[in-house]
Amino acid sequence: MAEVLLEAKAVAKHFGGVKALRDVSLTIRKGEIYGLIGPNGAGKTTFFNCMTGLYVPDGGGFTFAGAPLLADAPHRAAERGIARTFQNIRLFANMTALENVMVGRHVRTRAGVFGAMLLNAATREEEAAIRRRAVELLHYVDIAGRADDLAKNLSYGDQRRLEIARALATEPGLLCLDEPAAGMNATETAELRRLIDGIRRDGKTVLLIEHDVKLVMGLCDRVAVLDYGALLVEDAPAVVQKDQRVIEAYLGA
Amino acid sequence: MMKWLAPRSAIGIVLITAALIALPFVAALGGQAWVRIVNFAILYIFLALGLNIVVGYAGLLDLGYIAFYAVGAYTWALLASPHFGLHWPFWAILPIGAVIACFFGVLLGSPTLKLRGDYLAIVTLGFGEIVRIFLNNLNAPINVTNGPQGITLIDPVAIGSFRFSGGSEILGISLSGPQKYYFLLVALAIFVIIINLRLQHSRIGRAWQAIREDEIAAKAVGINTRNIKLLAFAMGASFGGIAGGIFSAMQGFVSPESFSLIESIMILAMVVLGGMGHIPGVILGAVLLTVLPEVLRYGVGPLQVAVFGKMLIDPESLRMLIFGLALVLVMRFKPAGLWPSPERKRELQGDA
Repeated sequence: MAEVLLEAKAVAKHFGGVKALRDVSLTIRKGEIYGLIGPNGAGKTTFFNCMTGLYVPDGGGFTFAGAPLLADAPHRAAERGIARTFQNIRLFANMTALENVMVGRHVRTRAGVFGAMLLNAATREEEAAIRRRAVELLHYVDIAGRADDLAKNLSYGDQRRLEIARALATEPGLLCLDEPAAGMNATETAELRRLIDGIRRDGKTVLLIEHDVKLVMGLCDRVAVLDYGALLVEDAPAVVQKDQRVIEAYLGA
Repeated sequence: MMKWLAPRSAIGIVLITAALIALPFVAALGGQAWVRIVNFAILYIFLALGLNIVVGYAGLLDLGYIAFYAVGAYTWALLASPHFGLHWPFWAILPIGAVIACFFGVLLGSPTLKLRGDYLAIVTLGFGEIVRIFLNNLNAPINVTNGPQGITLIDPVAIGSFRFSGGSEILGISLSGPQKYYFLLVALAIFVIIINLRLQHSRIGRAWQAIREDEIAAKAVGINTRNIKLLAFAMGASFGGIAGGIFSAMQGFVSPESFSLIESIMILAMVVLGGMGHIPGVILGAVLLTVLPEVLRYGVGPLQVAVFGKMLIDPESLRMLIFGLALVLVMRFKPAGLWPSPERKRELQGDA
């Protein structure tokens, strides 16, 4: 069995009386595409936010790459190697596509204000490297032609790609995509599928939250199903598809 | 980088340099008062560029910026005047002023990290007033600031025995005090412009803009938003502190009334009118808002007398009237400022 990358142990989160997550435990193995599905309001995004430090869980915790993941600050999660995209795209709208990806390099670079003011050799070199890597990533997600356009002026599909490029710029061990196919047409979804497949082939682990069941079942190695904040099942797509509880959760019993 | 300086650069730079050298002599034709006005315009460019870091880049609405200017001014005044009998050299005081202002920047920044927009504006406004009121009242029990009377007989900037106040002759050209300060200010302004440009196109500058655009996304890509915001406050405040020191030395006198709320608002208006986050725009805003009121002051009075035979409207009230009207018109017709950055312009055209 492959090495465990991320382990969630009894993660709980409630908002007032609403129990958004009830002791969810799951493991993501290195190099796999792991799908997290469930009906609307099942707690998928809450789980994501707990993992990336936007929310502090009320119980349980995460272990990432062998060490506990402290839920103190979101930027720590990115430092540790967890990158994410957002369900409702969150780009830096008034910055160019290239700049958006360059911001993603922030966590892996060092130059401070004094470096910027003196513009010494080390800073210039780092800046050039940031730009090179950002251009590479724009090519990787196939939107290099739009490098100098403002992020807000990109088409919807390109914005999704840009967000993925920005997340990849942080050199994540685990890339978390929150409904990347939402609002996409069939062609765009097929292209997205090729992109995610490619990312996995290049050695990244992917956590995918998705509504598009066809995409999840075709792409993922393993799938977890959440319903009312509880984990129903965690298994291979073929098994999950036939699980009676899952069918009930989706169709209503 | 520096694209706006680069095109046809050689000729452009020569022309700009020639104009900058000629300016104090041309202004002096109208009297030394005009040289002083030009100096103040440059000082305000300095301040507006400092505030641009906080408001334009990081998107943090700061209405108390004048407080850092005050801190710098009083640092100079206390360390180089008979008030405490200290007469430290400028190369010691300016950095000290910058560091103390920077400290106050962090002091203001740390409790306001979670605030944005209007809420942040209110708190910073309060901070600016607190500093002014402290300066007004710190003459008892121990007389630190000399209260509302202010501090007088402040040392001018001096390098060795060369003093920037009073006239002197250099290379056969006689220069007045304000003219000498002019060249010092231009040198400092160029320094600040270069630093601003370099910051804008740096890792830190991008992080500021990212926070301005979307703070949650900025956190998610690993930006420590707390530190980066504090850095913006600290950098902006340091520039304010340096400008304050020069102001103090140039005037020879400081009192709390130079640091009222309206000054903060004027500097913010320079940034917004000119074009937030765009250096040439901010410079334009600072120049317009310093020079136009003076043109009004010297021009409108005599004009009214010439046309109507008597003074109908006091130039001072006309100034606020026109200023208000100008703000409304700019917000209505050029919401991104008079000279916005190319990206902002493109964005607005894209929407149209």
